[in-house]
Amino acid sequence: MPKYAYYPGCAVHASARDYAVSAQLVCQALGIELQEIKDWTCCGASSAHPTSHLLGLSLAARNLRLAEEMGLTLTSPCPACTSRLAGARHELRDPAALAEVNDILGKDFGNTVGVEHLLQVLSKGDRALPVKRPLGGLKVAPYYGCLIVRPQKVLGFDHEENPQSLDRLLSAVGAEVVPWGFKTECCGAGMPMARKDMVHKLSGRILAAARSAGAEAVAVACPLCHSNLDMHQGDMKPNPKMPVLYFTQLMGLALGFSAKELLLDTHFTDALALLRGKGLA
Amino acid sequence: MARIGVFICHCGSNIAGVVDIPKVMAAAKELPLVTYVDDPMYTCSETGQAAVREAIVKHGLTRVVVSACSPRMHEVTFRKALAQAGLNPYLLEMANIREQCAWVHGDDKAAATEKAIQLIAMAVAKVARHEPLTPKSVGVTKRALVIGGGIAGIQAALDLGNANIEVVLVEREPTIGGRMAQLDKTFPTLDCSSCILTPRMVEVSQHPKIRLLTYSEVKSVSGFVGNFEVEILQRARKVDMDKCTSCGICWQKCPEKVSSEFDSGMGKRSAIYIPFAQAVPSKPVIDLTHCRYIKFQEWQAAPEATRGKKPMECRICERLCPPQAVDWGQQDQVLKEKFGAIIVATGFQTFDYSVYGEYGGGKLPDVITGLQLERMLSASGPTGGVVQRPSDGAHPKTVVFLSCVGSRDDKVGRPYCSNVCCMYMAKQSILLKEHDPQVQSYVFYIDTRATGKGYEEFSRRAQEEAGTVYLRGRVSKIYQEGKKLVVMGEDSLMGRPVEIAADLVVLATGVEPAAGATELAQKLNIGYDTYGFLMEAHPKLRPVETQTDGIFVAGMAVGPKDVPAAVAHGSAAAVKAVGILSQEKLTTDPGTALVDAAKCVSCFLCEEVCPFNAVERETLRDKRVVARINESLCKGCGLCVSCCRPGAINLKGSTNQQLMAELMALKL
Repeated sequence: MPKYAYYPGCAVHASARDYAVSAQLVCQALGIELQEIKDWTCCGASSAHPTSHLLGLSLAARNLRLAEEMGLTLTSPCPACTSRLAGARHELRDPAALAEVNDILGKDFGNTVGVEHLLQVLSKGDRALPVKRPLGGLKVAPYYGCLIVRPQKVLGFDHEENPQSLDRLLSAVGAEVVPWGFKTECCGAGMPMARKDMVHKLSGRILAAARSAGAEAVAVACPLCHSNLDMHQGDMKPNPKMPVLYFTQLMGLALGFSAKELLLDTHFTDALALLRGKGLA
Repeated sequence: MARIGVFICHCGSNIAGVVDIPKVMAAAKELPLVTYVDDPMYTCSETGQAAVREAIVKHGLTRVVVSACSPRMHEVTFRKALAQAGLNPYLLEMANIREQCAWVHGDDKAAATEKAIQLIAMAVAKVARHEPLTPKSVGVTKRALVIGGGIAGIQAALDLGNANIEVVLVEREPTIGGRMAQLDKTFPTLDCSSCILTPRMVEVSQHPKIRLLTYSEVKSVSGFVGNFEVEILQRARKVDMDKCTSCGICWQKCPEKVSSEFDSGMGKRSAIYIPFAQAVPSKPVIDLTHCRYIKFQEWQAAPEATRGKKPMECRICERLCPPQAVDWGQQDQVLKEKFGAIIVATGFQTFDYSVYGEYGGGKLPDVITGLQLERMLSASGPTGGVVQRPSDGAHPKTVVFLSCVGSRDDKVGRPYCSNVCCMYMAKQSILLKEHDPQVQSYVFYIDTRATGKGYEEFSRRAQEEAGTVYLRGRVSKIYQEGKKLVVMGEDSLMGRPVEIAADLVVLATGVEPAAGATELAQKLNIGYDTYGFLMEAHPKLRPVETQTDGIFVAGMAVGPKDVPAAVAHGSAAAVKAVGILSQEKLTTDPGTALVDAAKCVSCFLCEEVCPFNAVERETLRDKRVVARINESLCKGCGLCVSCCRPGAINLKGSTNQQLMAELMALKL
């Protein structure tokens, strides 16, 4: 049974509970054990790394060290956490930087731990998926966001302009994946507090592109993408009314979990009507 | 006993300013076998050479050491002087006391003097063991092979033919003309590509000295300069070229239509076809993968259980051909030909842009390549010169060009500049405006590289007369929005993002070596770089030669080039080939490797390490198979000598014994 050191991150721990729950269910069904890292702390994102680069690096290294002690590869459902952790790992290949961080941590960290986003874990190899309820041609636009596949030299996962892993995963559970050009466009990221208009514009464009590509729903793999795409639709003109689902929720449906179990009733933009129409909820 | 003369050159003050010449002379006089020492002011001058010649005769010298500059500089000069005085020219040794002594040790004259003495002692010890060597001469087959019938190959073939040399021009496609034939107009003069190219193509076909082999490929190459033996595979056209009158009925009536390679997929051709109207030769070929009769034959041959529905037998071309030229029995043929020199001009292909996911990865129908637009712009092209969107056939009004697609981009393994794209984008934007004044073109560029004659003016003309808008920056994404393609990019001069709703997007795809070029290079034993472009012997001073004597390279096969450069390159290669083919005999440097058959243990490690394929296997009378060096191929690099375990190989003029004597003379 594959085991991973699970690093949920702050968003998945709090606002994206639907992501956390569905990710756990899907991993259980697929026989992947997620061992949550005890005493994990901030990955160094948001305010940490602009405050001090060394602070951001050390926070990430602290969590990496905990995973290293567990002797497991670290996985996180959050692309920002993955990016911070993998970025730190990349930067700490420099022995001088590693020595500096070790000095702060007061422990011997070897920087030997692997870091993978949950999408990378789930799309690995050609794992047979025990599909109980194929998604019956639900037309989905796979949205990867900006960080899952970038930068390539740090993550080495999929393709940075036209990624395919989520496409394949969704096809495998019976969704009809629509080809579109906005897979890795910016959703507005952390700007909803400062520049709501910008987020409305950028996220609005992504949703409109998904609609014009023929999608009935957008699949995401990032708590921040989800909140930007899902939460603000009411303020966009016109209202895109496009259900935005975590890819783990879609997988969970196909693997036989109920919409209720997967917390599909917690989105701002209603997804249940669409799913009911398809006989999936 | 050898009588050695040592000439210690002053080289003005170049050497004498640093090295104490009288001291060196005194030391040289004491060296074993030295019978004469002199110190000319300039040994290479006529007076200096005369002094060498006279001393040889007067003092009966049998070996000479010239202690002066690098052998690269004047070894040949002094070898001639020896020969003029009646001595074998290879009984010379140079001691380099200028570049490797006086010039680099000007700050320590005493040490420089001591080093000069040692260098001379080494040269004396070595030259004492020199043997007279005689260059070998081999005959020359006065015929040339040109591989590739694009503009560079055509130019080379014509120049050779006009120099009265018999030429075989081999072209893989059914016609010559290459990429240039696909172009509508050429920059910066906008003269019609066909109008300047097709007369050359016809000239090739009518030239009494040129034999044209189209639909043919080089299968194998052996031999060496002056004496290459080449096997050429001539693929079956299934059409008797002697009977065919090029009437055109077959390709008009053939019911099987497939995407045309010549039109870059923008038009159709039939299964029996000539690639374009002015093809040379204008005899059709039958495309065996698409011909219905061939499919029928395959169906017939297949076991009954597995074969599907019976296809139509067709044979329409055969039935309609007035002179009965269709010949199903025609088979591939292998021709064996001899040549004295080979010119490789295999050209290029355009970069496959489908790796660019952000540009649609080949999935957006209205994103096309420069070559595809070129075919649409051509009056004889698939659309008769009308530019149309592939998706709906509409005439585009807003056209966006993207430069450097597959050029100057490390990400796709193509960090080099393709040389022609800046100019062809300018050209195409001018032509679009000429075709329809309402068209507005935009060019996203990194830099505009307009370095040829008249190029900068031409590029300005695109901007000023055709009103093409140049935006400095790369495009990050192209996506379909309704009927429009939205091009998202950056204007890095204004420092802001740009979005253009375009009807048509043209990718200026870069160039890369033609498919199969590296395989051919391996057959020819010539080098190529990491991208597959063929390597010149020297990028500046020997731009058309290769490391293999007698094989020359020309055109885009060597690297990105525009038409004028490719033509010049073709001519240059032809002249270099003439340099060989105008000789009756070729003399080869005798400084080659020699195997002592008695010592050879037949491990053939030498065969593996030889970069020139010069090691052959020879069966002795006692049935032992030993290595033998083909002197015509050997370059005297010495790799085999150093790898030979029993020490059976020696390099003539630098034998192990000679080198050892040289080392032993060194006093440390």
